[in-house]
Amino acid sequence: MTSTNPTLDLAGGASAPPAGPRPARRSSARAAQTRRKWYEIIGLSTPAVIVYVMFVLVPMGFAFYYSLFRWRGVGPPTDYVGFDNYVLAFQDPIFIDALRNNAIIVFGSLLIQGPIALGVALLLNRNFRGRALFRLLAFVPYVLAEVTVGIMWKLLLSDAGTVNAMLESVGLGSLVQAWLADLDVVIWTMLAVLTWKYVGFAIILLLAGLSNVPQELNEAAAIDGASWWQIQRHVTLPLLGPTIRIWMFLSMIGSLQVFDVIWVTSVPAVRSLGASATMATYMVDNGFFARLWSYGNAVAVILFAISFVAAVLFQRFLLRRDIEGAITRRAN
Amino acid sequence: MAANAVLSPTAKRRPVSWGNPLTYALALAVAAVSIAPVVYVIIGGFRTTPQIVADPAGLPDPWVWDNYARVLTQSDFWRQVFNSAVVSLGTTIGVVVLGVCAAFVLARYTFRGREVLYTFFTLGLLFPAGAAILPLYLMLRDLNLINSYYAVILPQVAFALPLTIVILRPFLTAIPRELEDAAAIDGTGRLGFLWRILLPLSRPALVTVGILAFVTSWNAFLLPLLVLGDASLHTLPLGVQNFSSQYTSDTAGILAFTSLAMLPALIFFTFAEKQIVGGLQGAVKG
Repeated sequence: MTSTNPTLDLAGGASAPPAGPRPARRSSARAAQTRRKWYEIIGLSTPAVIVYVMFVLVPMGFAFYYSLFRWRGVGPPTDYVGFDNYVLAFQDPIFIDALRNNAIIVFGSLLIQGPIALGVALLLNRNFRGRALFRLLAFVPYVLAEVTVGIMWKLLLSDAGTVNAMLESVGLGSLVQAWLADLDVVIWTMLAVLTWKYVGFAIILLLAGLSNVPQELNEAAAIDGASWWQIQRHVTLPLLGPTIRIWMFLSMIGSLQVFDVIWVTSVPAVRSLGASATMATYMVDNGFFARLWSYGNAVAVILFAISFVAAVLFQRFLLRRDIEGAITRRAN
Repeated sequence: MAANAVLSPTAKRRPVSWGNPLTYALALAVAAVSIAPVVYVIIGGFRTTPQIVADPAGLPDPWVWDNYARVLTQSDFWRQVFNSAVVSLGTTIGVVVLGVCAAFVLARYTFRGREVLYTFFTLGLLFPAGAAILPLYLMLRDLNLINSYYAVILPQVAFALPLTIVILRPFLTAIPRELEDAAAIDGTGRLGFLWRILLPLSRPALVTVGILAFVTSWNAFLLPLLVLGDASLHTLPLGVQNFSSQYTSDTAGILAFTSLAMLPALIFFTFAEKQIVGGLQGAVKG
């Protein structure tokens, strides 16, 4: 299997000599042991901490720093402008459009993917022949690269593309749209493509959660005369609560930073008019391709701040119980 | 609980039966929606562009292999596959090695500040990794790493660490303390315990985080788009995007290229699906 690689490669990471038998001596031996423990703790965790700090935390700090200047990206920034870049962003109607589009994608994804994923997961959790194959097929969109998905739908949804041709041929010609060019339609097209792409992730998580629901509970309910629907509603669903909330959380964070599918599927001209822009595409368009570095960094900080506040609120009000139980439970 | 997945064979086999017709009808509908567009793209690659223009929804008539042959014989495709493989393998190795070491400390050592360290890593789950992409680019530029594999690998390792640690820690914690004590009595230190006992026992979790890191890296677009300007370093997603914008009128060619780009991920996932779902089980409620 392909999967043996990661295990084998661990050799490099853990080749330190094993500790010898511990001398049963008093305080000096104990101190040596404590010291050795700390060496191990520091030695093992430092590489991860360094990489994580350097490539995740430090850039975020720099983003804030750069955003306070007017700066072309070369040499040290000197032209301090305070929060002007932030003011500019909120005065740009295109950025406001991007915010609105992100909101549509966040709530649209939750409201549409949630029920669909729940239904499909319950369906694929039933015991029937061929279940494994159907599961595999349902996950296909999620596995594909965002870029290939984007290009695929771009071709299918073009004006003379397959979707319109099929609508014509089944007599639904009135539904034919400029899916990717109509400024009022394009964001909903994007939402549909994103739903197709990511609903599989919700299904995977929910199936994993479902397999944790003890079979005995369902059997007990069945013996008591509960129907399949009643079991799902009153036994399975409540037990699935934590999984659903974790999915909602991950979906929300993902929707706030969505970039790839939008970037590839929608035409740059449509994006630059704001019709399909998101905060992330707006940031890359302006910050990277238009070389407005400090402005782009201000947008990055806004994107980060919104995600962070949303995440903290979500944790505070919805995830707290799950986190206490699952993620931050003390070891031993 | 995560422990189940590692230690006890939970497989209590229920009899598998043919479900009712409604189950199958719904399952078929789900499958159709999921793969119809993909099948369309693959089959479309066997048509010519004039065929596609004349009837976008038709079948190949006649079937042509030329599009696929063209993509496979042009050197760009294979070079991009190679670049993607290097970047993804590098990322996977980095994530698993660093992740295991950190998760081991967080799972099997008791020390002051342990939960602070863990929270510090989990904060990364709140970070939209993409948000810091501009300053990241500037930093990599100042480090002279732009247009190198490292410019993609190092940040991707960092992005993947939080999830890796969140998944691995409960697995490593769930291994019974008695095993560690037994190892200590036999004269094995904690590192020996990690290497000889913990790692073999947590193989399913390692494979899961490895697969997740590999697939994420294989599919990544934004970071390579910014830091790999040099076309000879382009990964597959960049290649697909470039091909489609370079040869806009060659619809059949784009379909063939896109199909071939999908193939590795599809094959890989077919083999790894059980591992991913099994591994997430621990993360979801572990």
